[in-house]
Amino acid sequence: MSELKLMKGNEALAEAAIRAGADAYFGYPITPQSEVIEYLMAEKPHERTGMVVLQAESEIAAINMVYGAAGAGKKVMTSSSSPGISLKQEGISYIAGAELPCLYANVVRGGPGLGTIQPSQADYFQSTKGGGHGDYRQIVLAPASVQEMADFVKDGFELAFKYRIPVLILSDGVIGQMMEKVELFDPIPRLTDAEIYEKYPWATTGKKSGTERRIITSLDLDSHKMEEHNHKLQAKYKEITEKEVRYELIDCDDAEYIIVAYGSSARIAQKAVRLARAKGIKVGLFRLITLFPFPSVKMHEMCGKGIKGFLAVEMSSGQMVEDVRLAVNGCSKVAHFGRYGGIVHTPEEVLEALEQKIIGG
Amino acid sequence: MADITLDQIIKPENLVYTKTKLMTDKVLSYCPGCGHGTAHRITMEVIEELGLEEQTIGIAPVGCSVLAYEFMNIDMQQAAHGRAPAVATGIKRVWPDKIVFSYQGDGDLAAIGTNETIHACNRGENIVIIFINNGIYGMTGGQMAPTTLIGMKSSTSPFGRDAQRMGNPLKITELVAQLPGTYFVTRQAVHTPANVRKTKRAIKKAFENQRDGKPGVSFVEIVSNCNSGWKMTPRDANTWMEENMFPFYPLGDIKVDGKLV
Ligand SMILES: Cc1ncc(C[n+]2csc(CCOP(=O)(O)OP(=O)(O)O)c2C)c(N)n1
Ligand code: SF4
Ligand SMILES: [Mg+2]
Repeated sequence: MSELKLMKGNEALAEAAIRAGADAYFGYPITPQSEVIEYLMAEKPHERTGMVVLQAESEIAAINMVYGAAGAGKKVMTSSSSPGISLKQEGISYIAGAELPCLYANVVRGGPGLGTIQPSQADYFQSTKGGGHGDYRQIVLAPASVQEMADFVKDGFELAFKYRIPVLILSDGVIGQMMEKVELFDPIPRLTDAEIYEKYPWATTGKKSGTERRIITSLDLDSHKMEEHNHKLQAKYKEITEKEVRYELIDCDDAEYIIVAYGSSARIAQKAVRLARAKGIKVGLFRLITLFPFPSVKMHEMCGKGIKGFLAVEMSSGQMVEDVRLAVNGCSKVAHFGRYGGIVHTPEEVLEALEQKIIGG
Repeated sequence: MADITLDQIIKPENLVYTKTKLMTDKVLSYCPGCGHGTAHRITMEVIEELGLEEQTIGIAPVGCSVLAYEFMNIDMQQAAHGRAPAVATGIKRVWPDKIVFSYQGDGDLAAIGTNETIHACNRGENIVIIFINNGIYGMTGGQMAPTTLIGMKSSTSPFGRDAQRMGNPLKITELVAQLPGTYFVTRQAVHTPANVRKTKRAIKKAFENQRDGKPGVSFVEIVSNCNSGWKMTPRDANTWMEENMFPFYPLGDIKVDGKLV
């Protein structure tokens, strides 16, 4: 049954993994997301659903465990925070190249380097522009609430298997650590061995006699074949761009100005919109849910309808704003505002930025 | 000209040896004289003889044997450089009834993948690791490996490995034997028929251990040649291996049934 609970974002993510019928979680502790593996260990999912939870020796090992288990047709995930996610990039690139389904979460903290354990959105480039080596993309979901931390686990796994692609839940220290009420979805049973054999004929589960053997690899020494493989990947990304864009428009119908934001910045921006409206400023919020695919078409369409300016609000020195600029493509004013390095901006600061950089500027 | 098949050349009654069906017909990419091919073949023979092919998943490394999946006719995954023990862990943990093995070179297993190797061994993952130690990075053109002997020349130790500047060769097999998570640890070779037979018995024991759920990793090191990387003829490479590699990497069982020999 669905259940109403008060939970931290990280706990909701962990509980959702069990409920989504995940077969395994491999992880390594790092603040501010260690609650994910702590919650899983405390819940004994091996008793609840038979799910495997293993603390790996590093993020590198964890993502490669994900690679192995995903290549064998299982529903697997990992999570970490920024420095750990950097270590996973090699594995993510291999997963993308070998076209395996997997889910992982980044509860972003401030950087660069060891940075700070405070919240940040400075991993946008890494998440949406590749991260690891090679010409690949991944689906990026940006939760703005504890509820979405749970729901996106289910959605993320569905997308991962639909497209055989890594799916990233790009959260941040605010969403991971804050407590909110969450309605947990009904548990989905884990697939049986027989169901896996039937649903995922590509998975390495042991070559049955009279069947083709399965190979999981990202290697092809023949460059022409490699180019062909890349074409296939690009076609998949194009399809995803056409079909899987998700966003939410709040107070945009009569808006003259738009704030573009995702994750915890979108929550703060929503308050800024209320403050602005109270002053008579007609502003709306374009909340991004998928960061890849980016809702460029919708954004461009809006700027053709008389929007006078877009303010990109993010906890970074200006990363998402580049995609906003590309979408708007010069047909409206675009500016950036954000605190960073672990500082979370206030709604008042956002409003001030809107007034100075967009309305007054 | 019509294709000539094997049974047209060799009459079935005269056939004394044939390739296991678990090796594909692909021509091996290894240099003539290289030990990799023999190590592949006996591994596949063991899997066939034990009747495990329908439940076995192999993991190819990054190294000369990166294409092991082209030659081993079973379900295979190719792992990132050094990560095969983690990939094997991932598979075995979610499919505990399957047979999982990794096949790795010395650079892969004992340099970039040391962490994954030690921890998979220490956790006691129920997997087989086949470790080809040729004391060099074969694939990338003969650079120094963690296992390169003192004084041994490679393209990155052109005047011979000097311990002070380049560190010492690593006996990773002795190291993993100390860990409680290893069940069977042995060091073998494949350069003579007698050694091939011995190594095959060791590999068989390793797979039997996993099949029978014996707790922990079964780890088979094969000290092998790399005539290209060592810049020797295959025959000289084997002699050099006997005279130089075996004294430092002595052949034999190191741990059997969970107990140090
Ligand atoms: C992350 C990464 N670093 C470096 C390489 C380049 N590389 C490919 S194979 C190899 C060494 C392999 O040596 P070994 O494991 O001893 O295998 P051999 O070829 O000798 O059998 C290196 C360094 C790579 N592919 N990936
Ligand atoms: S380079 Fe060395 S290890 Fe590689 S195939 Fe040739 S002889 Fe074998
Ligand atoms: Mg080597």
